[in-house]
Amino acid sequence: MKKFLTTVAAIGAGAAIGLGAMGASLAATPKSGGVLDFVVPSNPPSYDAHQETTFGVIHPLAPMYSLLIRVDPNDPQSSAFVCDLCVGGVPSATDGGKTYTFKIRTGVKFHDGTPLTSADVKASLDKIVSPPKGVPSSRKATFVMVDSISAPNAETLVIKLKFPSGAFIPALGAPFNWIYSKKDLDRQNGYSWHKTHVNGSGPFIFKSHVAGSHIEGTKNPNYHHKGMPYLDGFKAIIAPKMNLRVQAIRADHAAIEFRGFPPKHRDDLVKALGDKITVQESDWNCGNLVVFNTKMKPFDDKRVRRALTLAIDRWNGSKYLQKIAIVKTPAGIVFPTHPLAATKAELEQLAGMWPDIKKSRAEARRLLKEAGQENLTFDLHNRAVDQPYKHVGTWLIDQWSKIGVKVTQKAVPTAEWYSKFRKTKDYQVGLDANCQSVVNPVADVAKVLCSSTNNYSQCENPKLEDLFEKMNKESDQAKVRTMMREYERIVLDEEAYIGHALWWYKINPHRSYVKGWKIAPSHYLNQQLDNVWLDK
Amino acid sequence: MVTTTVDDGSIEVTSSGRIKKFLIDFYRGHPLGAIGAGIVVVMLLAAIFADFITVYDPEQIDFESMLVPPNWAHPLGTDNYGRDILTRVIYGARTALTVGFVSAFVGSFIGLVLGVASAYFGGRFDLIFQRVMDVFLAFPLIILALAVVAVLGTGTENVIVAITIPFIPQCARVVRSSALAIREIPYVDAARACGFSDSRIILRHMVPNVMAPFLIMLTAFVGQAILLEASLSYLGLGVQEPVPAWGLMLQGGAEEYAESAPWIAIFPGLAITLGVFAFNLFGDALRDVLDPKLRSQQ
Repeated sequence: MKKFLTTVAAIGAGAAIGLGAMGASLAATPKSGGVLDFVVPSNPPSYDAHQETTFGVIHPLAPMYSLLIRVDPNDPQSSAFVCDLCVGGVPSATDGGKTYTFKIRTGVKFHDGTPLTSADVKASLDKIVSPPKGVPSSRKATFVMVDSISAPNAETLVIKLKFPSGAFIPALGAPFNWIYSKKDLDRQNGYSWHKTHVNGSGPFIFKSHVAGSHIEGTKNPNYHHKGMPYLDGFKAIIAPKMNLRVQAIRADHAAIEFRGFPPKHRDDLVKALGDKITVQESDWNCGNLVVFNTKMKPFDDKRVRRALTLAIDRWNGSKYLQKIAIVKTPAGIVFPTHPLAATKAELEQLAGMWPDIKKSRAEARRLLKEAGQENLTFDLHNRAVDQPYKHVGTWLIDQWSKIGVKVTQKAVPTAEWYSKFRKTKDYQVGLDANCQSVVNPVADVAKVLCSSTNNYSQCENPKLEDLFEKMNKESDQAKVRTMMREYERIVLDEEAYIGHALWWYKINPHRSYVKGWKIAPSHYLNQQLDNVWLDK
Repeated sequence: MVTTTVDDGSIEVTSSGRIKKFLIDFYRGHPLGAIGAGIVVVMLLAAIFADFITVYDPEQIDFESMLVPPNWAHPLGTDNYGRDILTRVIYGARTALTVGFVSAFVGSFIGLVLGVASAYFGGRFDLIFQRVMDVFLAFPLIILALAVVAVLGTGTENVIVAITIPFIPQCARVVRSSALAIREIPYVDAARACGFSDSRIILRHMVPNVMAPFLIMLTAFVGQAILLEASLSYLGLGVQEPVPAWGLMLQGGAEEYAESAPWIAIFPGLAITLGVFAFNLFGDALRDVLDPKLRSQQ
């Protein structure tokens, strides 16, 4: 009897596993058809991703473009790159790590029917890497290692570097590096043409844009990845209010939002919709930075800057803030799960990360007293966006109140927020963010480099510049890691130009019938939607 | 009643007695107005003595007490930062009344002087001045306030300025119409004949005679200002976190937790409703008392 029961149980278990596997296999077979409706929290400032830095451009428009290489859409967490417009795998460097030769896919056409060749890829990369004066390129700085780009024939692209660099391939794989048609770039004012026009070779063709309402794309029947895209089209609904976006998913007016929701909305959606909602979560290559304006008194005094960062209890704060905001991990300047990131023991040596917050705040008070700033008051320049800026800003003000510092929050619309950082520079302390796409710490930490145009602390430090350059040229990861620790110590502790608040945490609840899309560590990545399908 | 008996045996009512009598008559004749006045007084006392009647710090985050429903320790519950809502509602009264009273007083007073002056001088000055007022009056109150905040920026002081500016033409227009009638009364001509200066005639002889509409406008403005401040804060253009303000308390966490923690939105919402309601009731009763036409009908 016992043997019989064991046999039945074994057969039952085997059948269950088999059926499960079959079910999984069936579920994993993509179905064609349907239109994906998704919500986007922002309007695109223009259609030109080469100059823009916002997901507001990526989410509705990336499906219309191709890249030379891209993060593997089937494993976007891995930071592995695969060819999009090139053939085979991503090529390895030759010539001592200084030359990359790409074989360009043939038979690819832009949506207007123009054939795509290596000349188009070269023209697009030229616009990004070495644009003419006055043409903005937001990722020019990430290509400092590039010496020349050439297209010896229609199917070959050669990129030569000035020095071997591990940061080159991740820079090339950035999701903003859309390939434009040379014909369009050669037009009169061609470098401005893409701000208002769309002509890519991506899985979807631009259909319409109703300002403030939506952007639509339809299936590209000539897409170069055969069999894809699975969708007949998509509609990106612009909805700046978070509640509206949540309710859109709840009522099935939209299936997904690609940026990220706070935990509360995840819980509400799961509670209301049960298994009709699938939740994907990931550490996010975004973090909030407290930026001290070193040209403004008393923040030119590093004792004041150190005191303010020492007052912040990041370890305890993260435990609770992660319940109400899209932040989670306390860490240094490197993406928390990357091998180059500081360990907990290393972090605990840095100002503001000490395990004993009482000791940390006592030191903060001592430093303020020594600097003659016991009654310090200042304005915190912040972005009028709830998640996570205003939440983090309110928390920081509370933390600073614990060392007797009185802070007033000045939350302003995005345009004014940028303007104060970049143009007028008349803020005292600001809450900034460092959001990157591909996890590439050596390039990502350029944000806190004093000479970087988007480091708003206005600091000057030749030692940092030297370390940054050495890190970019070093191929031995152990040596890079050692240099990174020193770089981080100077920025966050010794000089405290910047106080790293908390890293963000990405939560994407979506309708369970949306298949194929996998969460990446960035809201910029994996947004071409060619492998997305609807299981309806 | 405080009285004194004079030599001829009649009873003379003192000023404090007159006030007391007025209050009793006001209560009997206008019970709703009295209730409104009572709520206003309670709000005023709460705002003034907030430091003494609350236990918690309105701005202090207490993550251990996040989203606690109303209980003995937190009678109105806590918000998503663990802050006591009762404390924030009480301190919010301070913000609301500061903005309300300052905006209403400054706006009405400037409007009063400009309105009377416009009526008194008449002619081209009146014509041009009224057209300027027409321009301001063409914009809804909230739109004008939004425009001013957009130019000046956020913060309590700027919100006061933003709310004050739209009040000026409203008050000036109403006061001017009353002052036009007063200008034709012979005592104004008599004052002119005596050689009094224009400013003396305006301030000492005309302004006191338009006080009735002025006071009615004033009370209405306080209620409107509270509502405007709440609207601007709700839109993120008024006072900023962590300052306790009723409109601000309706934003962010209140929206996010509307289903699971409705107390975050309910109590500041009630405070706004009650505050505006109280000022409107009081203002209506004051109009009934001060308007001679309505008084004669009674």
